[in-house]
Amino acid sequence: MKARVHVMLKAGVLDPQGAAVRHALGAMGFDQVTAVRQGKVIDLELAEGTSEADVAEMCEKLLANTVIESYSVEIL
Amino acid sequence: MHAGVVVFPGSNCDRDLAVAFAAAGAKVSMVWHKDAELPEGVDIVGIPGGFSYGDYLRCGAIAAKSPICRAVADHAERGGYVFGVCNGFQVLTETGLLPGALLRNAGLKYVCKTVGLKVVTSQSDYTAGYNAGDVIDIPIAHHDGNYFADEAELAKLRDQDRIAFTYTNNPNGSRDDIAGILSPNRRVLGMMPHPERAADSGHGGTDGAALFRAITGALTLA
Repeated sequence: MKARVHVMLKAGVLDPQGAAVRHALGAMGFDQVTAVRQGKVIDLELAEGTSEADVAEMCEKLLANTVIESYSVEIL
Repeated sequence: MHAGVVVFPGSNCDRDLAVAFAAAGAKVSMVWHKDAELPEGVDIVGIPGGFSYGDYLRCGAIAAKSPICRAVADHAERGGYVFGVCNGFQVLTETGLLPGALLRNAGLKYVCKTVGLKVVTSQSDYTAGYNAGDVIDIPIAHHDGNYFADEAELAKLRDQDRIAFTYTNNPNGSRDDIAGILSPNRRVLGMMPHPERAADSGHGGTDGAALFRAITGALTLA
C-alpha cells in the first residue's frame, strides 16, 4: 500500500518561496495569480495493514513540524 | 567545567565551538551523533552550526531524532545546560527544547555577514558577561534563520525575559527581530549568530568571547 502526505505551511506563516513564485508568475504576465503557497509531497510505501493513524503519527513526529506546518494524509 | 560538542554528519562549526569553549578554560569532548549517552560529567552540551544530515526534510529535523539528541533532551530535562548555535538552534526547536521554528529567510537569500546584536537580557549564565542593551558584533551565516513563533509564545518569551539577543537591523525577517532565546529555566540557549566566530583576535572581532567566558566561569564555580 501507499500513502501520500501533503505538508503545507500553516495559514499566517509567511511563505517567502511562494511569494517569490507568485512574483515570477506575475512578471511573466500571469496576472490572474493572486497568491501562491508552496508545500511538500511525501510518498510512502507501506507494509499492508498500516493504518492512517500510523501515518498521522509519522507526520506528528517527523514529517511535519506542527509549529509551522499542517499536513494531510491520502491513502492511495 | 566539561563541555560536550555534538558532531553530526554535516556539522561544520563543531571544531570552532570546541576551540571557543577550550579558550575559555573548559575541558571539551567531541560527542558522536550515534552515541546514545553523553560522556560522563558533561556540564554543557554544544550543538554546532552546519548542515546536519544535509538539512533534509527541514533544517535540524533529522538530527533532532538522532540517538544523541535523546540523551541531550534527558540532560536538559535534568536541568543540564545546552547551547545551540545556528543549525544547533534549529535542532533545539525541532526537539522542542526551545519554542518556535526557523523558517527560510524572508529575502530568500543565504546571508553571511557580521551583524549588530543587542543583548536583551544579562540575566543568564550565558549573557552575564554583557550588560543589557549592549550591542555586539557577531557574524551570521544562514539561509533559514527567520524566527517564527505565534503571538502567545512571543508574549511569553517577552514576559519571562527569555529573549537573549535581537538584531539591530533584522537580516532575515525574524519575528520581533529575535536572534536568540532562552528556555524557561534559562539553561538552554539557542541563537542563529555565531559567537564562536568572534572569539579570537584572528577572527576580526572578539565580542563573542564574553559568552564563552561567562558560561564556562559559571559552570566552573557551580
